[in-house]
Amino acid sequence: MKSKDIHERSPWQDITEGNQIYEPATSKGFCTGEWRVSTPVYKKEQCRQCLLCVPVCPDSSIPVSEGARGDFDYDHCKGCGICMAVCPFGAIEMKEGK
Amino acid sequence: MAIRERLSGNEAVAYAIKQINPDVMPAFPITPSTEIPQYVANYIANGKVDTEFIHVESEHSAMSAAIGASAAGARVVTATSSCGMALMWEELYVAASDRLPVVMALVNRALSGPININADHSDSMGARDAGWIQIYAESNQEVYDNFLQAYPIAEHEAVHLPVMICQDGFITSHGVENILLAEDEKVKEFVGEYCPAHYLLHEKEPMAVGPYAVSNYYMETKRGQREGMKNARRVILEVAERFERMTGRKYGFFEEYRMEDAEYVIVMIGSAAGTCKAAVDRIRKESGKKVGLLKIRVFRPFPEEELAQALRDRKAIAILDRSEMFSATSGPLGAEVRAALYGAKSQAEVVNYFYGLGGRDITVEDFEEVYTKLEELAKTHVVKDMYAYIGLRER
Repeated sequence: MKSKDIHERSPWQDITEGNQIYEPATSKGFCTGEWRVSTPVYKKEQCRQCLLCVPVCPDSSIPVSEGARGDFDYDHCKGCGICMAVCPFGAIEMKEGK
Repeated sequence: MAIRERLSGNEAVAYAIKQINPDVMPAFPITPSTEIPQYVANYIANGKVDTEFIHVESEHSAMSAAIGASAAGARVVTATSSCGMALMWEELYVAASDRLPVVMALVNRALSGPININADHSDSMGARDAGWIQIYAESNQEVYDNFLQAYPIAEHEAVHLPVMICQDGFITSHGVENILLAEDEKVKEFVGEYCPAHYLLHEKEPMAVGPYAVSNYYMETKRGQREGMKNARRVILEVAERFERMTGRKYGFFEEYRMEDAEYVIVMIGSAAGTCKAAVDRIRKESGKKVGLLKIRVFRPFPEEELAQALRDRKAIAILDRSEMFSATSGPLGAEVRAALYGAKSQAEVVNYFYGLGGRDITVEDFEEVYTKLEELAKTHVVKDMYAYIGLRER
């Protein structure tokens, strides 16, 4: 059974044993970003693309493509602020709320 | 031909493990179950089995590793006692809700405190709500036989639940008795290969085990778990029948000893049932009084209907608990058996006693006194000492 076949109207008989899900990477569909109470804001003009923020993100919410970071993945960013703390150039600011 | 041996209960379990040759055994030593992993480690060192032994730093880790290995697709065994199982508490529930057929050899020992290493059932009775199948033994033979039946029950597709094979610490775990062992090939055939349909190391089917399930899924998950436990009733009996065909030894949810015409009945679990049988034989021989014993083998799932059927028309029943639950009323066995009798509209008089806590001895004479009290109770219909302790020093 795939995760799309299990939903909030599924009767107990249709839920797999132990809620097992027979497909990979289903955490992508789980928007843990909803838990966020403060939000990092990316200021592209101040960013030097040093990429120090990328490996410290506990939620892999800073996408990198062709050697450069892009804007945050707000579906999964929980707003911990570690990226802001490691940024040497003030390119990340925390704002209150989502 | 079966093999005649004399083994302690721990040796018997270790021997069963050798015959089954499970894939993984994570375990941490604790009295009185320490010998089980010790003997298995010997078998491994001597090349008798190819079980992967995981030296863990605690029982919390032992059960965590058991869960991981089982989810990966391995057949897993562990052994523990008392506070060791208490340290597994969190994982006991996870193994059950993840529907993993882990088998645990539990050597029953009193929980602290006060600290005590002897037999009582406070460890497994405390874990009775964890979702594990629980099967208890009176003798070394029974614990060996129960252990061989554990995997076919746990791994049955209608069950998929962990199983606890319980025996009384020191009394059977360290006491040496004559025993009949089944031949290796027969055991191999009886237990069979473990071929789970889904497992983490399946390279063609990536999967997630134990995902987060909050209020929108938790209740449906628990209902599914209940179905496994309900199905276990049927499967336990089917496996017992198959076991009887292999060995000639018959098992059910409970054993009825001289119960055909019994009016006064003791209901209990574990090794002290042997002492009770001696009392039953002596009373029947000396006075012809109709006394009997109902010894519970399967406590989870609870055989409510069958028990009530076997007990409802007796004159008086004493339910003996070997653990406290501090409701300030009954013990766990007392509460559940009385509920079953109430549901069956039984008119039998019932008392609930505590015995053997922390390894306190119980004698044939103690049992004789219980039967005398039951006879009085059936005459007077006045319950005088509900929830009494047998063998307690009192002013």
